[in-house]
Amino acid sequence: MSVDKDTVRRIARLARIAVPETRLEPLAAELNGIFQWVEMLGEVDVEGVPAMTSVVAQKLKWRMDEVTDGGKADDLMINAPEGEDHFFIVPKVVE
Amino acid sequence: MSDPTKPTSLASMTLAEARDALRAKKISSKELTGAFVSAIQAARPLNAFITEAGEQALAMADASDRRIARGEAGALEGLPLAIKDLFCTKGVRTTAASRILGNFVPPYESTVTQNLWDAGAVMLGKTNLDEFAMGSSNETSFFGPVFNPWRASNSNANLVPGGSSGGSAAAVAADLCLAATGTDTGGSIRQPAAVTGRVGMKPTYGRCSRFGIVAFASSLDQAGPMTKTVKDAAIMLKTMAGVDRKDSTSVDLPVPDYEKLMEGSVKGLRVGIPREYRIDGAPAEIDALWSKGAEWLKAQGAEIVDVSLPHTKYALPTYYIVAPAEASSNLARYDGVRFGHRAEGPHDVVDLYERSRGEGFGAEVQRRVLIGTYVLSAGYYDAYYARAQKLRTLIARDFTEAFEKCDVLLTPATPGPAFAVGSKTADPVQMYLNDVFTVTVNLAGLPGISVPAGLTANGLPLGLQLIGKAFDEGTLLRAARAVEEAADFQHSPARWWSA
Repeated sequence: MSVDKDTVRRIARLARIAVPETRLEPLAAELNGIFQWVEMLGEVDVEGVPAMTSVVAQKLKWRMDEVTDGGKADDLMINAPEGEDHFFIVPKVVE
Repeated sequence: MSDPTKPTSLASMTLAEARDALRAKKISSKELTGAFVSAIQAARPLNAFITEAGEQALAMADASDRRIARGEAGALEGLPLAIKDLFCTKGVRTTAASRILGNFVPPYESTVTQNLWDAGAVMLGKTNLDEFAMGSSNETSFFGPVFNPWRASNSNANLVPGGSSGGSAAAVAADLCLAATGTDTGGSIRQPAAVTGRVGMKPTYGRCSRFGIVAFASSLDQAGPMTKTVKDAAIMLKTMAGVDRKDSTSVDLPVPDYEKLMEGSVKGLRVGIPREYRIDGAPAEIDALWSKGAEWLKAQGAEIVDVSLPHTKYALPTYYIVAPAEASSNLARYDGVRFGHRAEGPHDVVDLYERSRGEGFGAEVQRRVLIGTYVLSAGYYDAYYARAQKLRTLIARDFTEAFEKCDVLLTPATPGPAFAVGSKTADPVQMYLNDVFTVTVNLAGLPGISVPAGLTANGLPLGLQLIGKAFDEGTLLRAARAVEEAADFQHSPARWWSA
């Protein structure tokens, strides 16, 4: 499996990270180095092995579906880079 | 602090010694905290702290002294600690060493730190780390690298303190706090503790709440103590651990008295030596120290057992699929809208996301988010992520089978001592190999501890790692204590930074 410049551009887009054009080639090389190394996982027979879903044997806890917290709109806004009253400001999304 | 000898002697106390001195009213928390605040200021060349909280620390110390006077002291009353800057602290900037959280001030407190403050502990400040805990040398921090207090006997070169909890490790090693918190996703507590000559413990997954810890890889992340002694780790863990309503993966088991469980002999304890941990090209010093560790335990009555963990060599590549996959999902929240860095003048919302993240994340974080996005993307999921999760089952199964023959495992903590700043940054895979002995433990969710065990020929600390059964931290600490006593590691770094 080999990752090229176009693949890096595509996954950077999926990841919503702006990667400058000049960084695409070097990143492809770095990612290929890592992917070549993980290729060794291909040599293990995993037929019939269940995928791990929980590392500790325990059932996830249940709780009542009820409001336990809230009324903290002011707290939620204190770190907003741009906001007004209790609204976050974003560029126009719908024309 | 007119007596110049006093701050040093106070600062070099262990957590247990300071606790007992405070209880006996031989010292005050104000006096103790003041000594650390001064030591932290004098140690700025180490870059161990991102945020110092001296004033707040002295106020907390005052409050502790009043509680002690009233006879209301908590388990950690008046004891000054350093907190990895990955734990959210209410009203105190929490950065994860990333530009994207450079100005983030949490309106809430992580459960682990809340447990510490409820027990009376004092916060000295927030320690440096690899950005979002992604790194093994503390060199990916937006706030610059941390320098290891230790230098080789024949050199003045700055060495890394390990990572990702490098600031906490340096702070404990340089006596800038009594103890510190760390987090460990692939070795981030144990590896830096080992290369700075201190004790670092990763508890069983679920033992400590993850609530309020900036998430890296949620199925692997676990908080733990970084301390001067095994006893101090037992004391810290007792307060840090416990079930938490805010983290559904925290486990509802009673928290035992680790300080008591740690006492006692290792006579009859079966100590497994996993043969796959003997790796080609490892320095002879590492192998020699490992054999010595086995002899120490044997001399105290433990039984040494050969065991096999056949999938060991697949652990790191498995980790470098699972951890980035989880990270790419966890880090999706940083979008420049609700908190964190926001790019200037976006022309649309996608441009806002892409540039905020492109500017806010450093190179290693971007690399891992890209890897994670790729291995989870359509067409590659089965080949990478699904396969890695099956490998994880096999790796965990290896441990289950080994623990039928033994009670704890003994391994080296790291493949070598601290290395020079900048020497491994060019090749990501070379950097990842630093976690070769620690990462298996996270994949299997087990508790592990590294204990300082010796020095290299040029005077740098090396550690041994012990690995325990799930939720059997008591036995693990008892074995670690036995190694600690036999090793009798009394070395400390020369104080070049405050010259």
